[in-house]
Amino acid sequence: MMAKVQEGLFYTETHEWVRVEGRKAWIGVTDFAQHAMGDVVYVELPEVGRTVSKGDDFCVVESVKGANDVYAPLSGKVVEVNDALEDSPERVNEDAYGSWIAILELSDPSESAQLLTWEAYRTFVAETERKEG
Amino acid sequence: MVDFGGWELPVQYRPGIVEEHLRVRETAGLFDVSHMGEVLVEGEDAEAWLQGMVTNDVRSMHDGQVLYSLLCYPNGGVVDDLLIYRYDPRRYFLVVNASNAQKDYEWFAGHASGNVRVTDRSADYAELALQGPKAQQILQRLTKFDLGTIPFFHFAEIPDLAGMAALVSRTGYTGEDGFEIFVPWTGGTDLWDALLDAGKPEGLLPIGLGARDSLRFEACLPLYGHEISVHISPLEADLGRFVRLDKPFIGRDALAAMTAGGVPRKIIGLSMEDKGVPRAGYTVRTSGGTEIGTVTTGGFSPSLGTGIALALLDASHCDEEEFHIDIHGKGRRAKRVKKPFVRKRYHK
Repeated sequence: MMAKVQEGLFYTETHEWVRVEGRKAWIGVTDFAQHAMGDVVYVELPEVGRTVSKGDDFCVVESVKGANDVYAPLSGKVVEVNDALEDSPERVNEDAYGSWIAILELSDPSESAQLLTWEAYRTFVAETERKEG
Repeated sequence: MVDFGGWELPVQYRPGIVEEHLRVRETAGLFDVSHMGEVLVEGEDAEAWLQGMVTNDVRSMHDGQVLYSLLCYPNGGVVDDLLIYRYDPRRYFLVVNASNAQKDYEWFAGHASGNVRVTDRSADYAELALQGPKAQQILQRLTKFDLGTIPFFHFAEIPDLAGMAALVSRTGYTGEDGFEIFVPWTGGTDLWDALLDAGKPEGLLPIGLGARDSLRFEACLPLYGHEISVHISPLEADLGRFVRLDKPFIGRDALAAMTAGGVPRKIIGLSMEDKGVPRAGYTVRTSGGTEIGTVTTGGFSPSLGTGIALALLDASHCDEEEFHIDIHGKGRRAKRVKKPFVRKRYHK
């Protein structure tokens, strides 16, 4: 079963999605990630104001299976977090692309060029799913 | 699929851990536990020999009974925990953990003495566990044998269960009523299919390793390598009721000395007050910040909807009410709660 990949977003090989608008980036985990994690029971949101570098683990999505680190796809400052996930973490399972976790104000928007396009991520997911059977 | 002691097992089936877990609590679930090890002990001296090997009182057993026991090293550390099935005083069937099966067999065989024969039968049996309040109702559809005549922690040899000979015990690893069923290895898949078919009206689901762990965890049933191990004695694991110090067995002297001197650590139950999910290995502190132990099993309880933990702590702090668990670099508040987290509903 192919995990959903949403057109127009950028992606990472660690299964985060990114929507870039100007200097701001909305970040969440992909449909593939939520499938792999299973039932999400808690999202440990990052602190607003925190500065992160690309690749830092900056929040944790807890599922019944285990704790899953989420890595910052880009560098910047956390300017807003999705408080609604505090009370309804299951929304990550129900709608991975509708459930943003944090908004970053980017320190270097040119980093976006290193992210996967949705087409490239779709190929990456298909290969990963084929390998894992 | 994950590797589990050399066996490839699913963490979950399609419905996912939470739905599988709740189905067992509400109606019934089916587990393929064929990876478990089986050892046969036979001979004139079987009863006396086994009595000297394990912590619990084998001599008190009657034919058809099942006994939970631990197997210890001379220093009181745990080789494994196991179920002992008594056919008669000259013939016992032992069920051991998959990850320890080879070690256990060698331990038994290496200590065999007198008229005792120890045989590894792990490859001969498939084992399925049918667990949940509707287990008997479902299993009864596959046999004329009256399952109501098997009391808790007893077994019967049933000549015709879905067309095959089976050993059926009223035991399990979920805290619910249910059965563990042993059939010849080659019959495992047929029985699996027959049970899933028989359980359709009750919504019987196959259950993966994830829910197997969360169910046993809520019921506070120990898991080797977590609550008991080479380094954690049965007394520290709060399993003293399965240890009979009034008879000789391997490890008895060390455990008696531990009892006399005071058990240094104890496993208690914790429930999260703050948000966050405790996991095995996380550090536990007093509310004042002093490190006093670690989480042996932690996770999110599907039944209670909160994070819970079993933690091995310095005994001197076990009576405190509030603790802190280090979760992702922050101390999160947890309170001591009674074990088990979820009330056992055995058929007694």
